[in-house]
Amino acid sequence: MLRRLLSGDLPRSRVLALVLVVIGLGLLLTPFVFPGAKALNVAAKICTFVVLVASFDLLLGYTGIISFAHTMFFGIGAYGVAIAITRLGPTWPAVAVGVGAALATSLALSLVIGLFSLRVKALYYAMITLAVATAFQTLASQLSDFTGGEDGLSFKVPAMLSPGFSLSSSPFLGVSLDGRLISYYLLLAVSAVLFLLMLRIVNSPFGRVLQAIRENAFRAEALGYRTVLYRTASNVISAGFATLAGALLALWLRYNGPDTSLSFEIMINILLMVVIGGMGTLYGAVLGATLFIVTENYLQDLMKLASHGLAGVPLLRDLVNPDRWLLWLGLLFILSVYRFPFGIVGKLRLKARKAT
Amino acid sequence: MSASSPTVAASDALPAVRPDRLPLLLIPVLALVALPLVKSFSTWVTLTFAGLAMGMIIFIIASGLTLVFGLMDVLNFGHGVFITLGAFLATTVLATMTNWTGKESLFWNLAAVLPAMLIAMAVTGAVGLAFERVIIRPVYGQPLKQIMITMGGAIVGEELIKVVWGPQAIPLPLPAAFRGSLLFGEAAVERYRIIAVVIGLVVFVVMFWVLARTKIGLLIRAGVQDGEMVESLGYRIRRLFIGVFVTGAALAGLGGVLWGLYQQSVIPQMGGLVNVLLFIVIIIGGMGSVGGCFIGALLVGLISNYAGFLAPKVALFSNILLMVIVLLWRPEGLYPVGKR
Amino acid sequence: MSAASKPEAPLLALEGVHTHIGAYHILHGVDLDVPRGELTVLLGRNGAGKTTTLRSIMGLWHVSAGAIRFEGEAIGALETPEIARRGIAYVPENMGIFGDLTVRENLLLAARTAKRAEDIDPGRLEMIFGQFPALKRFWQHPAGLLSGGQKQMLAVARAIVEPRKLLLVDEPSKGLAPAIIQNMVGAVRELKRTDTTILLVEQNFNFARQVGDRVAVMDGGRVVHTGAMADLAGDEALQKRLLGLSLAAHQ
Repeated sequence: MLRRLLSGDLPRSRVLALVLVVIGLGLLLTPFVFPGAKALNVAAKICTFVVLVASFDLLLGYTGIISFAHTMFFGIGAYGVAIAITRLGPTWPAVAVGVGAALATSLALSLVIGLFSLRVKALYYAMITLAVATAFQTLASQLSDFTGGEDGLSFKVPAMLSPGFSLSSSPFLGVSLDGRLISYYLLLAVSAVLFLLMLRIVNSPFGRVLQAIRENAFRAEALGYRTVLYRTASNVISAGFATLAGALLALWLRYNGPDTSLSFEIMINILLMVVIGGMGTLYGAVLGATLFIVTENYLQDLMKLASHGLAGVPLLRDLVNPDRWLLWLGLLFILSVYRFPFGIVGKLRLKARKAT
Repeated sequence: MSASSPTVAASDALPAVRPDRLPLLLIPVLALVALPLVKSFSTWVTLTFAGLAMGMIIFIIASGLTLVFGLMDVLNFGHGVFITLGAFLATTVLATMTNWTGKESLFWNLAAVLPAMLIAMAVTGAVGLAFERVIIRPVYGQPLKQIMITMGGAIVGEELIKVVWGPQAIPLPLPAAFRGSLLFGEAAVERYRIIAVVIGLVVFVVMFWVLARTKIGLLIRAGVQDGEMVESLGYRIRRLFIGVFVTGAALAGLGGVLWGLYQQSVIPQMGGLVNVLLFIVIIIGGMGSVGGCFIGALLVGLISNYAGFLAPKVALFSNILLMVIVLLWRPEGLYPVGKR
Repeated sequence: MSAASKPEAPLLALEGVHTHIGAYHILHGVDLDVPRGELTVLLGRNGAGKTTTLRSIMGLWHVSAGAIRFEGEAIGALETPEIARRGIAYVPENMGIFGDLTVRENLLLAARTAKRAEDIDPGRLEMIFGQFPALKRFWQHPAGLLSGGQKQMLAVARAIVEPRKLLLVDEPSKGLAPAIIQNMVGAVRELKRTDTTILLVEQNFNFARQVGDRVAVMDGGRVVHTGAMADLAGDEALQKRLLGLSLAAHQ
């Protein structure tokens, strides 16, 4: 039954399976095991980013396309929900309209970009998507009437999800059953479903063709597959999932602005997460997102200790300055591109294979 | 010498060899189109000079990028690191020369700025050498890895700059004699902009001369067209590439100094911010063409300033629109390099 | 004209050379001797591996097995510029002309020891202009403006602007009008007088026959026949068997 759930794509490494289980349990039990708003925020962000990074892995790891426009679709999803609720009020139909409109926009945009640009070399495609994404970011911060400009949009969420709502007055296992809790578990459930859906897609015949195209586009074309169509389809599907991830994030944060979803920093973070976690594995997205976001939020405390310890040594102290966590992840990223093209997941699977 | 050499009929007549100057006209055309829109002549003069100055700086930065791409099909997404590094080095060097930059004398100011530029170029050149060795060499011919790894280099580079100089903005004030404007009638042109244009022209002329009149320049021009054939003729194109890469990095460092002075402040993110602009410029110019890069950079500089004045909200789009228009006219850029 | 076995070692020798391009196994053990001072023609159908052989010698494709010896030295592992510097010139199928550069610049590039065009050996230039007068006319013009035949001339001229020990030429007659091909024959004959060793890939047997001293026929990535050109030219049955044609049919 587990096989069917994971579409036949098992972890193939005991260590990996263990890690995934730990992460899964951690996310499931966060409100009970890690009390406090910050932990819940981190967990929610992890869930959203797992979906986002997995959708990016679909494009990069499975199809071999690098696109810098991915955060654009993330932003479209977030703005879709934000704008819809702002205009139509905090109701479920509004959310539906927002998500629907966002999906339609993303699908249309990704289709256009795909058909026009996927014929060009990878480097040109990367540049074009970078330009498009930057333009979109500028657009979002300029159309303030529509998007709230630089400040973004703050909004309320449907009653059931809002913090004021409570399912029962008495707390359950020390945790109050309020709208935040419901929001979180909704987020977790939807993220899990979306992830499993992507797992299903990459393990389907369609997914296998994508991988064939990634390996050798000429060969695939010679075998009769219209590579442009498949790549465009991959582009569109990946954009769709990114959009949904954006919608989820907006619902959780009850806010969206250009920096929350469209910034280039997020794009780079996604890239780091997918490479360090492991390209072309989807599970890499889970590992990468968790590692990155936990580091971003908690490692700093660790580094702060180290930084204090080295207070006397100027350069070393600055190197372990907690604000410089990105430096170390960046180095890990470069190392991964060279040595571990399949990231942590790949390494674990390799170890497992060698052991047998 | 062979008696039976038949006349090669159709190609006997020497075709008119006129160099393709048409794209050059785009610059005055753009400027003239902007004049009625800007309405005020003096403002137009100010904007045009600002645009030319900005364009020159962009050219200096982008020239290395386009040659590197033309020569080895390597697109360095981390080019911005050299820009930022150059700018920050300038802050450090100039901070030690405040008595010279404080003087109202052009001579003393230049005496301070010149070493800053030279040091910036030397250091960024050296960093470029390391960058090519460590980051780029392992991934020749693998575009995906190239993109990722040069981005990684950009991230690490930016963080390292923050380690050395701190994460916040550092002011880079213009030396005393560079400030202020010269008045041409009603039009005010900032002194520094004129200096930037002069420096840019010098760089362009030197580059052009090297490419057109020296054997190394010949090798570069040939290598951009057909690297394999250049190797077959016995030249080690790898070494050539390293040289071009290092020069490109040094030029980006110089551009960083000029850019920092232009903004009068430097931030660690400044390199990354111009990436899109650089790509637009080299696509407009044609990958591998220095002349095209020059024209493209000036056009982008001009349009950014005209649009920035007329319709600030669409400034970035104006550049993208320019790119689309140019590509509709010449799909491979203004001066496409005939590739194998 | 050629003895059955020359006592002197061949200038270029390929022994059991295999070349893979990606996953494709193109050369399946090529054995080839190119004797000094002679013109050896490499014949064969399309896809037989002739161009791949030249590119392997030049180091443009890496040899996966076997040895390539030039003047006794193993060059299979060297990089292309090193191979070229040992005195091997390559005229590729697509001619490799730098279209944006002038004829003068193309030749200057090929003359490794020359810093400026004035440094090119005037004697050589005279010979080149004598054979290929069009090059003199188009001296300052972009090479891209030349006709197909003229580009071919320029490609050959580049290979001889300085003395070279071995010329690898890939299908010089391809796509040229018969009259131009005759020009090419004349030029090649002139070239042979300078005692240059030439390995010529050709599909045009008529052209090959006029210039070749020895011949090697390739099929399916291997050399299936070697011998004197005169012998092959006189044996129609052999021609038909190896090349699927007879000289008469090819007139």
